[in-house]
Amino acid sequence: MPSLDDLKKRIKSVKSTQKITKAMKMVAAAKLRKAQDSAERGRPYSEKMQNIILNLTKSVSDPENAPKLLIGTGKDKIHLCIVMTADRGLCGGFNSNICRLAKNYFKKILNDGKELKIVAVGSKGLDQLKREYGNYIIKKISFKDRKKITFKEADVVGKVILELFSEEKFDKCILFYNNFKNVITQIPQAQQIIPVEIAKKSESDIEKNFYEFEPDEDEILEDLLPKNISTQVYKAFLENAASEQGSRMTAMDNATRNAGDLVDKLTINYNRSRQASITKELIEIISGAESL
Amino acid sequence: MSENFNLEIITPEKPIFKSETNQVTIPSFEGLMSILKDHISLVTFLRPGFIEAQSQKGDEKFFVEEGTVELNNNNLLILSSSVKNVKKMSKKEIDAMIQEAERAFNNKDIKDKEKYILSYKIDTLKEITV
Repeated sequence: MPSLDDLKKRIKSVKSTQKITKAMKMVAAAKLRKAQDSAERGRPYSEKMQNIILNLTKSVSDPENAPKLLIGTGKDKIHLCIVMTADRGLCGGFNSNICRLAKNYFKKILNDGKELKIVAVGSKGLDQLKREYGNYIIKKISFKDRKKITFKEADVVGKVILELFSEEKFDKCILFYNNFKNVITQIPQAQQIIPVEIAKKSESDIEKNFYEFEPDEDEILEDLLPKNISTQVYKAFLENAASEQGSRMTAMDNATRNAGDLVDKLTINYNRSRQASITKELIEIISGAESL
Repeated sequence: MSENFNLEIITPEKPIFKSETNQVTIPSFEGLMSILKDHISLVTFLRPGFIEAQSQKGDEKFFVEEGTVELNNNNLLILSSSVKNVKKMSKKEIDAMIQEAERAFNNKDIKDKEKYILSYKIDTLKEITV
């Protein structure tokens, strides 16, 4: 049985932990609102861009000679995986979920005898991946010192991808990130960005639009596709940021609640042992008086 | 009959402009292009320049470095990561941008296409008076 003093100390320490988790939850909630806002505001851009690309690809006259970014290199040998995680921990299963999805994918393609290359964005994912897949990591990117992720940062990642592609270092590029559905649900996702995956619609669904292209389709695609890569990366950044805060908020909410439960339990224990010692003292006094 | 059509300018961060206009001039990659109502459906991309939108409420002018334009059914959509409202640009900001562009321009390794874009960027920036 721990002494009264020990119990008192433990209650105090749990209480101060609770204060920290509570504060973190509030901060996460405030940041979440902002992140969610910017994720929602960023959606039109990427959606519209996808639309334009969809329209363009339909009109490409000569699919054989279309830009490589669109149709790929025609091989399926080397996979480049961009694993996007947070730079901070204490956000529940956020980072582990992405890493788990990525690891499953790595296993699959390695079993298929394909080559794997990893670009780790964010330091937490790197920590989790480097133990098992350290040899495959070809680049590490972290924006730990930036306060806010803007399109510029996404562009940096986009440029890295494009450079590797132009050097023909990979055939397929897949982006791993958490899609923000709502505060408690975030879905880890693998999105293929090179070659562009086009949502297949039946012919009848698509309105036939006839566009005039100036200059021609190929040149527009050549201008647009690299931008699309950065846009997709940026979208992933935004979704990730919102997911991270949402995930942290739920995790910290749970932690606060658990700490509360623990304090209750400890307080009962404390009261019991205090009562026990009082009773013990009384018994001693009474039996002392009786013996007289 | 109204002569208006919709203009929407969207950056990756947020949509920044949405309004009815009756004429928009855009710096298309192959030259300036003015768009009126019932223009044919069009997809093109931009070089550095000004987007000028005219409407009853007054004119708006934006500086743009690059972008993609889609016009369909009287909806003009401009996607760009570098749109700035000219009114909101400061002298200091412009000077810094000119300096950076000139430095890049004087770099001998750049390709002709980049040079073409940069020269437009410098010229456009110099045109802005604050």
